[in-house]
Amino acid sequence: MHELSVTEEILRKAEEIVEQEQAGKVTDIFLEIGKLSGIIDESVQFYWDFISKDTVCAEAKLHFKFIPARIHCEDCGNEYELEHDLIPCPTCSSMNIKIAGGDEFILKSIEVEK
Amino acid sequence: MANKRIEIVQDILNVNDQIAVETNKLLHSKHIFSVNIMASPGAGKTSVILKTLQELSPAIRCAVLEGDTAPVTIDSEKVTGIGIPAIQINTGGDCHLNANLVSKGIQALDLDNLDFVLIENVGNLICPASWKLGTDMNVVIASIPEGDDKPYKYPNIYRGIQALVLNKIDLKPYVDFNVPFFKDGIRALNTDVQFFEVSAKTGEGISDWADWLKTKIKEVK
Repeated sequence: MHELSVTEEILRKAEEIVEQEQAGKVTDIFLEIGKLSGIIDESVQFYWDFISKDTVCAEAKLHFKFIPARIHCEDCGNEYELEHDLIPCPTCSSMNIKIAGGDEFILKSIEVEK
Repeated sequence: MANKRIEIVQDILNVNDQIAVETNKLLHSKHIFSVNIMASPGAGKTSVILKTLQELSPAIRCAVLEGDTAPVTIDSEKVTGIGIPAIQINTGGDCHLNANLVSKGIQALDLDNLDFVLIENVGNLICPASWKLGTDMNVVIASIPEGDDKPYKYPNIYRGIQALVLNKIDLKPYVDFNVPFFKDGIRALNTDVQFFEVSAKTGEGISDWADWLKTKIKEVK
């Protein structure tokens, strides 16, 4: 349930943009969620529907783009994506691997109606 | 009416991380070393912490922040029971501590008379991983009955840790736990990690772990 505080941050930022742009309302919000970020889109949506009521974001649609967990093999240089469990390099079976991406939770852009 | 797209590209979790950086600065200005301890429920966090504090105190002046999801004071009472100040942080049902809650807890401590702050995070192998608290070190306490595959199934919590304390090693004869397999998983997630095998029940290995902590605490003095 830790999505509440991050969802509040999205709302805070969106309201700030509306004021900056002197816009009427927010229509769309674009988010990117890394698979390793620990953020669940459905939970964000759940809290969003609740906290955006009676705000300039009440009609804003959330768009989620998912970023896979990426692993780099330190032995053979192969890069691969994780589905679920942490697995050895599928090319050379090495466990000498490092996580190369998939941590992010990014507010990419906001669309407002002027 | 015209629509306008505004590019932002803001890392939402950054807000938390900025508070964490401030907390770390504050602690360092007071020459205090700090550790965030994470584990699943039942790994023996509190038992290991109590044994560790008994090794460190009174030569090292310690304090504990106890994170719990509900306003229960069972753990913090155990800590104050051995004469160490503890502050209970109630997350209000939330599954992890965040930098803001910790920052408030830290400010409630007598920082001029401390060398070491230990934060016991909420028992959970998933959520605490995403939230930096501003401590010098992250440590996971794992335990033999949890199974050796946990770094593979919950890789997030084992990332960015400086030490792994494997508790309940007195149960090794009764549980199929492949230690090298477990350690391979941890090492894949951390280039530089210290392993300690302990039993909070028998006290085995606790002093090795406590001695290592002592050298880390002295480094910020």
